[in-house]
Amino acid sequence: MRRWLVQPEFKVERDLERCIQCQVCVRQCANDVHSYDEEDEQVSSDGACCVGCHRCATLCPTGAISISRSQLEFKPNANWTPESIRNVYKQAEGGGVLLSAMGTDRPWRVYWDHLLLNASQVTNPSIDPLREPMELVTYLGRKPDQIRVERGPDGKVRLATEITPQLKLQTPIMFSAMSYGSISYNASQALARAAKAAGTFANTGEGGLHPDFRQYASNMIVQVASGRFGVDPDYLNVAAAVEIKIGQGAKPGIGGHLPGEKVDAAISRTRMIPQGSDAISPAPHHDIYSIEDLRQLIYAIKETTQHRKPVSVKIAAVHNVSAIASGAVRAGADIVAIDGLRGGTGAAPTTIRDNVGIPIELALAAVDSRLREEGIRNQASIVAAGSFRSAADVAKAIALGADAVYIGTSACVAMGCHLCQRCYTGKCNWGIATQDPFLTKRLNPDVATRRLTNLLRGWSLEIKEMLGMMGVNAIESLRGNREHLRAVGLSDREMVILGVKPAGE
Amino acid sequence: MKRIYAREEFCLGCRLCEIHCLVRHSKSKKLIKAFRKERGEVVPGVMVESAGHVTFAMQCRHCDTAPCLEACITGAMHRDKKTGAVICDADKCVGCWMCVMVCPAGAVRRGKDGKEGKAASKCDLCAGDKTPVCVLNCPNEAIVYEER
Repeated sequence: MRRWLVQPEFKVERDLERCIQCQVCVRQCANDVHSYDEEDEQVSSDGACCVGCHRCATLCPTGAISISRSQLEFKPNANWTPESIRNVYKQAEGGGVLLSAMGTDRPWRVYWDHLLLNASQVTNPSIDPLREPMELVTYLGRKPDQIRVERGPDGKVRLATEITPQLKLQTPIMFSAMSYGSISYNASQALARAAKAAGTFANTGEGGLHPDFRQYASNMIVQVASGRFGVDPDYLNVAAAVEIKIGQGAKPGIGGHLPGEKVDAAISRTRMIPQGSDAISPAPHHDIYSIEDLRQLIYAIKETTQHRKPVSVKIAAVHNVSAIASGAVRAGADIVAIDGLRGGTGAAPTTIRDNVGIPIELALAAVDSRLREEGIRNQASIVAAGSFRSAADVAKAIALGADAVYIGTSACVAMGCHLCQRCYTGKCNWGIATQDPFLTKRLNPDVATRRLTNLLRGWSLEIKEMLGMMGVNAIESLRGNREHLRAVGLSDREMVILGVKPAGE
Repeated sequence: MKRIYAREEFCLGCRLCEIHCLVRHSKSKKLIKAFRKERGEVVPGVMVESAGHVTFAMQCRHCDTAPCLEACITGAMHRDKKTGAVICDADKCVGCWMCVMVCPAGAVRRGKDGKEGKAASKCDLCAGDKTPVCVLNCPNEAIVYEER
């Protein structure tokens, strides 16, 4: 059916003074925006299919292409925004569920932008991180209630308390769960390699572990989600840690669906499902309907791994997140990962992505406070996820109580993602969220690995600068230290939940 | 010697290598001007070969025993003593195209340089540049210049 009411979102303009008819744009656009007319010997563009990914404009050697929002304006209406009108048109024509990808683009308050960090002046000297050692090493896992030491037969003092397995991170930043299938082989490889190079961890997502990536397994967290794709005892034992995925910030309470077209031979083998079949993750785990059920799965995994791997439970930040997190800790989780409202996805119903969950800042503060009040904060590490855009966001999250953070969108952006939010089409022009052999080869894992390690390095250096400026020399001294934060432009109630004082107090 | 190698698994097939090669070997050295005025006059030394999603950039292999050197009737095709690159002296070339015929890589093409306005055109490893422009401008590092 002709989609006649849905007008193009973008306008693609070509500066004919600069265009040299080299056709790089024609060859790069998977959405067929650009075409070459051999009769006229002329490249032309049709913005109707443009998703605004900038692939053509980035590769154009003369900078002849510019992309702008469509100039076709609706009559201004504060209630009926152009998006809401267009969405009604789309559904009136298609009658389906509207899909989106990446994190929500709605203007929900970003609390990071209302929090400011402290710095030392006069009485508490700041530290120069270029001259003094700065410690970013982070251990994730259950910490003992107390440390007991004893004197051994040789007279030497030794630790008597048994320490449960820990993940050692060189920097408190890990790569979020992105499954092989939702992203390409090359993108998965780059994330794994970068995690290994930087001494941190990448998460396989729910798509299993490709045999080629086993060499990076010591720096990988494997996920067990409701679809249980690719899960067997070997999968659990080869990794550094196991994560049970209950929910995802972009689509809490919603399962997943990798279309059969993307399930090629390699993905079928990795996920342990027939080639060409849809990979459907149910909304809940059908064996987990209570905290007790969750405990059973956690301990089943711990038994399978001989209690050698920390077990993480990933939940979406929803209204009663602190109670759920508390339950997960009591169920035996060594790490609780919380994914906030703005967390990303490869595909989610737009209405779920944009309207469900709570911001990670509030969820993180609430969970940290709740676990402290209950005296069980030491029993699990907290990993925050859901749109960390800079080192400052990370530092603020640590100060709010996170042990480490997961970055997914930032990692994709480092690899070239332009946030066009069309991952679910499988036509990612940047070679990240696609399985099309024409497109996957666009992401050279050597280049992507370098870019990811550079990002981690840059952010780590910035975090060290921030620690130094605050007068502390270890990330441990910032963790959960909300005195280092002040709020600007927030209500009293929001500040109570965040546990921070207003600026000036 | 250092040679240019293609990594076909990462070649986008965008052909930016051809474009930058053309500009580098043009008179003006200016992208837009070279394309407008010299396209057809200057033949890029690199060509992107493609079949389906398999694409790669192909240029002269600068063979150790180069058939073009043996086939050349005027001595225009010669090996640069310093770099080891196989180079065509356009002024000596008479355009008999024997080199085009014998090149196993299909990397020599008919150009329009030289006194007669016809001379073999091929990769010259950017004549002494530290890194050839095709390697420098490949957006996905699918062309590398290295010793193997």
